[in-house]
Parts: sequence; C-alpha cells; structure tokens
Amino acid sequence: MQSPANASHPPNTPKVAVLDGEGLERLHAIIARHAGSEGPLLPILHDVQAEWGMIPEAAQPIIGSALGMSRAEVYGVVSFYHDFREAPAGRHVLRLCRAEACQSVGADALAEQVRGALGLDWHETSADGRLTLEPVFCLGLCACAPAAQMNDRLVGRATVQRVVALAEGAR
Amino acid sequence: MKDFIIPDDRDFGTPASHSDIAVTLTVDGIPVSVPAGTSVMRAAAIAGITVPKLCATDHLTAFGSCRLCVVQIDGMRGTPASCTTPVAEGMVVRTQTDEVARIRRGVMELYISDHPLDCLTCAANGDCELQDMAGAVGLREVRYEPGKNHFQRRENDEPNPEWRAKDHSNPYFTFDPAKCIVCSRCVRACEEVQGTFALTIDGRGFDSRVSAGMASDSFLSSDCVSCGACVQVCPTATLIENKVIEVGTPERIVKTTCAYCGVGCSFDAHMRGETVVKMVPSKDGKANRGHSCVKGRFAWGYATHAERILNPMIREHYTDPWRVVSWEEAIRFAADRLRAAQERHGRDSVGVITSSRCTNEETYLVQKLARAVFGNNNTDTCARVCHSPTGYGLKTAFGTSAGTHDFDSVEHTDLALVIGANPTEGHPVFGSRLRRRLREGAGLIVIDPRHIDLLDSVHRNDAIHLPLLPGTNVAVLTAMAHVIAAEGLYDEAYIRERCDWDEFLEYRDFLLDPRHSPEEVERQSHVPADLIRQAARAYAKAPRASIYYGLGVTEHSQGSTTVMAIANLAMMTGNIGKPGTGVNPLRGQNNVQGSCDMGSFPHEFPGYRHVTDIETRKLYEQAWGVPLSDEPGLRIPNMFDAATQGRFKGLYCQGEDVLQSDPDTSHVQSALANLDILIVHDLFLNETSNYAHVFLPGSSFLEKDGTFTNAERRINMVRRAMTPLNGHADWEITVMLANALGAGWDYGHPSEIMDEIALTTPSFSGVSYALLDREQSVQWPCNEKAPLGTPVMHIDGFVRGKGKFINTEYVPSEERTGGRFPLLLTTGRTLTQYNVGAQTRRTDNTVWHPEDVLEIHPHDAEQRGIREGDYVRVASRAGDTTIRAKITERVAPGVVYTTFHHPTTQANVVTTDNSDWATNCPEFKVTAVQVSPSNGPSEWQEQYRSHSELSRRILPAAE
Repeated sequence: MQSPANASHPPNTPKVAVLDGEGLERLHAIIARHAGSEGPLLPILHDVQAEWGMIPEAAQPIIGSALGMSRAEVYGVVSFYHDFREAPAGRHVLRLCRAEACQSVGADALAEQVRGALGLDWHETSADGRLTLEPVFCLGLCACAPAAQMNDRLVGRATVQRVVALAEGAR
Repeated sequence: MKDFIIPDDRDFGTPASHSDIAVTLTVDGIPVSVPAGTSVMRAAAIAGITVPKLCATDHLTAFGSCRLCVVQIDGMRGTPASCTTPVAEGMVVRTQTDEVARIRRGVMELYISDHPLDCLTCAANGDCELQDMAGAVGLREVRYEPGKNHFQRRENDEPNPEWRAKDHSNPYFTFDPAKCIVCSRCVRACEEVQGTFALTIDGRGFDSRVSAGMASDSFLSSDCVSCGACVQVCPTATLIENKVIEVGTPERIVKTTCAYCGVGCSFDAHMRGETVVKMVPSKDGKANRGHSCVKGRFAWGYATHAERILNPMIREHYTDPWRVVSWEEAIRFAADRLRAAQERHGRDSVGVITSSRCTNEETYLVQKLARAVFGNNNTDTCARVCHSPTGYGLKTAFGTSAGTHDFDSVEHTDLALVIGANPTEGHPVFGSRLRRRLREGAGLIVIDPRHIDLLDSVHRNDAIHLPLLPGTNVAVLTAMAHVIAAEGLYDEAYIRERCDWDEFLEYRDFLLDPRHSPEEVERQSHVPADLIRQAARAYAKAPRASIYYGLGVTEHSQGSTTVMAIANLAMMTGNIGKPGTGVNPLRGQNNVQGSCDMGSFPHEFPGYRHVTDIETRKLYEQAWGVPLSDEPGLRIPNMFDAATQGRFKGLYCQGEDVLQSDPDTSHVQSALANLDILIVHDLFLNETSNYAHVFLPGSSFLEKDGTFTNAERRINMVRRAMTPLNGHADWEITVMLANALGAGWDYGHPSEIMDEIALTTPSFSGVSYALLDREQSVQWPCNEKAPLGTPVMHIDGFVRGKGKFINTEYVPSEERTGGRFPLLLTTGRTLTQYNVGAQTRRTDNTVWHPEDVLEIHPHDAEQRGIREGDYVRVASRAGDTTIRAKITERVAPGVVYTTFHHPTTQANVVTTDNSDWATNCPEFKVTAVQVSPSNGPSEWQEQYRSHSELSRRILPAAE
C-alpha cells in the first residue's frame, strides 16, 4: 500500500536539506549569543538575516529545536514579517509607502512613475544586484506623505525626481 | 433554565470551566448559573441558546477571530465576542438584536466573498459549519464583486496567483486551501490538543494561509502525525477525510472503543449502511476526551482487507495446503483432534492462549474452555510476555494488579516520571494529554536508554533524562530511593499512616547501604550520579508526582523487582491515592488489563483468585457445574517447552501471533511444529498459522458486541457496527468449539457472559451492560461499595491493608555483552504500526513505517563501517536476522534499538529465552548482539520465507 508520495520523500522530514557544516556553526554561534534571553526568536532572526541577507528555510528547524519550538512555528513568525526575506535583497533597498495616508496624496501615481523610471516591479531586484524595490505599509511618516525609505534613510514628501535620484545615486 | 434535555454531542463553543464559584446571568431573558470563568458563549449554550460561531469550538480555548459570535451586553460598550468574554454576576446578555444581526451578516458576506459556492458538489455538504452559519445569520446576497480571491483556479483566463492546489500527501485526508476560511481551528488543535505544533499560519492579512510545516513542506513532510484533530475541528471541507469524499455523509453513529493500544479511546463509528465512513473520537470518552491517534482514527481499513480469511480451513499436517470447509466440519475436526490428544497424552496435554485484543467476554469464555471443558488450567495470555510483572509487583505492594489512577489524573500532576515507556508513540493519546500538562509547567523525568520523542516536546518545561544501560532499571530506581532516604525526603506521616513504619525502617537500612549510592550505580548503569540525585530530589519534592511506565520496565529478567521499586518510590514519597500521583502501567494492547482480569492466567481464576483457593473453586464448580482442577497450569513458555518435549499436544490460540511476538522464534517454531492440533483463531493467516491445522476466521472489533478494559481499569463498550464478514462473532466461535466438546453452553448475547462474570467476580459484581450503556464506562472495582466504579484507587488506604515495602536487590541479567556480542539490543514501537503489525501493515500506515530499521549510534556504526540505509546482520546467542540500519544519536553508544512490526525482519529471532524471575515475562528489552554489514537476508529468513509460502497455500474450493 505504498503511496506514491512516499516514494520520493520520507515522511516527517523537511524537503530542504537542513543546514550543516560551516553554515550550521555560524547559526549555532548566533543562537548561543541569545541563550537565556527572554523572547530570543526575533533577535535571532534579525541576526540570521544580517548574516545571510535572508532567513534560509534550512535554518528554521534548527532555530526551532534550539528554542523548544516546532519548525512550523518558526516559519509562522518568519512569514508574518515582510522584512524577513526568502531571498537576499540587492545591495540597496528602496521602499515606497503604499498605505492609506500616502495613497490620499498620490502615492499610487508616485509608485507607478518610480517603477517605470527604475524598470523594477515590486519585490524585484535589478539585474546587477544593486537595487531592490519593495512596497511598505506605513513608515509612520503620515504627516509628511508620501513617504519613502532608501536603506536606513527616511524620505518625507517624496517626489519622483528625489526618489529616483537617490536610487540611482546608490552604488 | 429551559426545560429540555441538551444533547451531549453539542459543541458548547468553549471548554468547560472547573471553578467552584457559581455565577448567575441572563441570556435572552433566560437565567442561567455557570461556573466562574465560563464564556458568555458557553453560558448561552447551557441555557439552550446557540450563538453563531466559526472559529470557536469546545475542543479549543477561545480565540475571538471570526467575529460572528458578537453579542450585546447591558452596560458594556460595543458588541463583544461572546467566546472571549467571561460571564459576570448579574450580566444581561442579548444574542439576537438588529445590530448584531447586521454585523453577523456583514461578516458572513465577507467570508463568502472568498469562498467557492459549490456546496452541492462539496464533500462537506450537509456537514459544513460555514453553510450552517450562512443559514443562521440569514445571508441572502453577497454584494462584493468577484475580485482577488483564493478559490478560483483561473481568473479572466489567467492563472490565479493566490490559488493553491489540494494537498493529497496524507493518505487519509485532503487539504484544500481553496475552501479555507483561516479560522485557525486546525492550527490550534494541532497545538493545544495534539501538542505537535505541525501547523501554522503562513503570512498575514489577505495572504494568511494554513501551512503544514515550512514553505516547502506538505502535510506528509511536515511534523504532522496524522492524529486527525485538525480534520475533526475543521468547519468546512478544507480538511476532510478521504473516505467522506469517497462515500458521502454518514447516516448513523455507533459508539464503540478502539481496538489498538491500552489507552482505550472511545470512538463514534460514523456509518453509511455497513460501511464505516469515519471513526471520530468521542468528546465524552473518558480516556481520550475527544482525541485520537492515527491508528484509531484512520487505520481500521484492515477489517475489510482482501487478505482477511472469511471461511474456516483445515489440514492434516501443517505442510499440506489449506482446505476450505464448513464451520461444522472445522469445529468437528478441531474437537476430535483435541479429544484425541487428551486421550493419548492425558488431560493436561492441551491448552489455550487467550487474546489481549479480544473482548472480556471472549477471553472469559476461552479460559473457561480450558478450565471447565479441557479440565485443566492450561490458559495463558500475551500479558505473560508484556505486563505479567505489573500484575505480580503491584499486587504484592498494594494488593491490586492494576494501575492506581485514571488518565484524567495527569491533568493534576506536577511531575511525571516516565520509565521504559514511549507514550507519544506507544500510547499517543495519553502522550498528548501528558504533553499538554508539560506545557502547563509540569516537570518531566525520563528513565530510558533511548532519547524518546517526549523529550523533544515543543514548549515543555524542564526535563531530566537518565539514559541508562538496558537492564539496569532496578539499580537506578534503588539509587533514587537511596537519595530520598539519605536526604530525608520521604513522607514520614504518609508512611506511618499507610504502611508499616518498622518495615520501612528495614527498607531504609537496605537502601542506605553504599552499594545503592548513585556513584556505585553510575558504574553499572552509565547514568551520571548527579543526574540520579537531581531526578530523586525532583520526584520527592514535587507536590504531586506520578509514575507512568511501560514494557521497558516489565520485559526484563528483573521486571517484577522494578515494578516493586516503582511502588516503593511512590509509597515512600506519599504519591498514591490522590489526583496527580499514582503508579500507572501503560498497557500495550487494548484489552491486556481485561484479559488479566478475566482469569487468563494458569494460576488464577477471574478476579485474580488463586486456583488453590477452595472458596473460589467451589463458586466456579457450582456456576459451571463441573469439577475444576486445583493444579496451576502451564504458562506460555512452559507450553512451548512441554511441546518440544512431546508432552503438550494441542493448543487453541485466539487472536495472538505467538510466533512473531514471543521471544526466541526458533524455539517457538519447533514447539508449534510438534503439536498434533494447533487451532489459530484470527483475522489473517499470521505467522503462527504457518504451523496450524485448523484456521477459524475471527471477527474484527467493528463486528461484535463486548467490552474492553483499558490501562486505567476502565470497562468500555464495544458495539457491533456491521455484520461479521466471517459469519460469526468470536465469542460464538468459542461457544461452537466448546459445545462440540460437549459443554452445552447456551449464551445468547455477550451481555449474558458479562452477567456470569459479575455474578462470580467480586470486583465486577456491579457491572452490567445496562450500567455501561447508561454510564458509558466504569472503572473496576465496581460493586456495592462503588456502584459507579473507582477512578482512583487506594484513596484512604491500600487494598491489601498496609502498603508493602520490598527490598529491591539488583541482580544483573544473565544476558551480558562480551567480545562476541558487544552491543545491547532493546526493542520498542513506532506510532503508526501496532504490535506484530497484522492490522496496521494492512493499512496506509505503511507510508510512515514501511519496514523495521535498526537504530545505531554513529560511533558504533563507524567502527563497523555501516552507512545509513545499509543492510546489517544482527546476531545474538539465539539467532540472527538482517535489517536496514538507521544512524542516530537517539541511542547511546553500545545500544541498538529496533521495532518488531514486520515479520520479514523478525526481531524476535535474536531475542533470548531469559525471563522475569517471578512471572516468566521474557526479557525482550535486553539482548547482547553483534551488528555487522550484510548483503542480504539471513539463512533463517530465507528458510522461513519458503516455509511460509508453502504453508499458506489454499486449495480451490471443491466443486
């Protein structure tokens, strides 16, 4: 009664190969840094993202078992936060706010123009790996809408010219 | 209160509160009193008012996400969710107002806007809460235009990026994300009820979806153990049994009891005609409280498996092909041969083996057959090879041969000491209940050679693992008692009241001998002395500590001593007689407790009364109208020895595969081959039947009435859901055989057999089918003193009077490792297979466990040049077999581990005939072996396979 599903993959085993070797050592070092601290999952995930530029699926079961959590729980947290990435971003990240306050002062049109000027769609990274464009829902800059963010720098009353100049100036 | 009877299968929306304080409120003008902490939703349900709901169910704590259950409460602002709002004194709740009606319709409209409207062809049609709620709130139109959604495969001729395909990876149920309303019931059931945490919500907002495991996982590759809790709580067709998809909605429910492990879960068999559509755990089941595992929930397809034998068969010699005959001919053939054996070799040359899988009534009849019809006491049961030391040890210490507490007791425990048991695999529903308590903060001590799954429980509290060398249980437990005695952690008041203080002082002197110190024992057991100390202190200091143990305790040459050491620990710390404490054996099979209770043993009548007891014998001589023997009969191993010597010639073996399940297979083989008449009464041609002369086809638990007694002494009803495919229930077959031998039995129904049991057995005197129908189940003793049974025993004192301390000297097993056999083999179970696998191997459970493997530590594997998945030869002093290797750190260096579910590997070929000093329970758990690379099956395996093929031939029916 062997089901075909079983022929290809053993049950109760992640489909991605779990992290090993040098990568595993780096991950254990990160986990060890947060040992004993309260609510260590988010700080660990931030450090993992800093190390890999993303949260590798292969790391999630290991983080889970270190914290007494299941890998599904870790994945639930990772997928909840848009800033935890499935693949590394480009060297620079441009975020455009798409929330209600910004929309009310023309954020949709701004976004349309910026996408056109940069030749990038949402979540897309330029071919040279230089720039990634991301939507964001509220930067907390509603008073200065429309808002944008270039890497760590916030931009209020954003215009196409200003945003494109910042994006193209970043090497 | 409204004046009507509330059907008990209603969903009250949120779990019951156990507060003693009563709170009175009115709901829609109806006054109702409920315990403090009850939700408004549940209070309304108790008052007979149904508040619409989607995310709430009384299986799970309230979540408050669907917003359908909003109500208005006088003096409170807005419209609070009734599921998350607790009741307050004098509260005035209105569940039906224009405002809440408008809100509910708006909420439903949003739900339906992202749900397919294919109700007529949907598998949940007629059993869909979303459908019911749409009706309840009066939804008549959906104003939203079709737009972005999760359910349309294609939109405007483009593939819909939000649509996901069905997940068919699990063999028993299907996950269809298109129908999901993201109520999170499944995720919460996996966490709260099952404790696996295999599911999560992926993403957020509109992107939220239920996900098994991580992004790339399917249900099968995730941690999912297929317990079915998520399917049970799903309000739509998102998670639904494949059998429901195939058959349709059931039309009637038969309440019955699972026939797998000793937890004894209550189930509702949902039937359509004579077809089982689904088995759903009963919410009112007192052992399982609405939960199940993959075996009981899904693995019942063996009952209608094509390999099931439905007609009786006979043959002259076991090498002949089988001949299909009528029941009359088979029974006559069996009876004649039994009588012939007795005439030629004496009255004591025949015997029976009762089954721990059959009902109490059937077991009672089989032992009665031996005693009243054969005229000897040659009756034994497979409990011999699993829990006989429990019976002996606990009877000696406390006065009863059974666990002391009910499973509910685990909800009150502060620390669980688990010894030689693997609850999450062997007793999964109890495992889930224990894990829930561990998440609530209870401590855990595991004494086991292997790193069991319980230690990996998600969100558990502190745990201590004592990874001892197999065979050193007594030494480690005595060392724990040594620490408790030396540090004065024992409960003097309890001991003085309940036990004999002077006897304890003697025991204390015995304990304080330096040979029992943790340092000394570390040398024997390889458990660091410090860990033994920590464990002893934790156990002694916990306000309510409980002990749960399994076959890792009993199946040793010191099994009985270990049970006594466990009893000593519990008594000296006062951990018997109140909820949350106790000594609880986890019974292997559904009716091990019952088969022991029913007098399956060669030295005991039903109710554990010795055959030499004149009063009891008189009672049965009167009831049965025949003289009875006062000579204890043969135990299973003695039967085999006597058969090998030619003194034992006939055996009636009901529902047990001794060849596969008993130790030292070659010895069993030669014993069976020596019999004149071997009658096998089973569902399938099993390994034992390879040597049989008569095969009587058995009936499954779905096809008969009766009772099973679980590990907590609970007598549960088994009810016939369909007609026996083989034509007769098992008890009827035993009656036919007995009557062919001139017994003249005239039972018309199993209830009459139970009446006879009640009449002759004091601890069952109050039991009747009428009582069981009314109470659903009772725990023995059930008599004048306890008319509704006894959930917790020894409350005010031990049954035997004073609890007895017995010195537990550690006598090492004769089975030692040495140059030729340097590793210790120990055996166990997996979740998805059961015992010899006769049932589970004939279901899709093989997806999870297609073959037995040998777990070996990386160090031992490397030394031998063994790689993952290699075939290896496992050899002991008794025999050898080959099996695939699995390299894991779950076992310590020097220890290897396997399961015995598959006959092709036959782990018991290597186990030896060492056994418990008191009860002959075989030492399955310790065998010295050598493991070496191999390139194919052993010679024994080849020979056995060819014999097996030969002996299973069935002649075509005569024209």
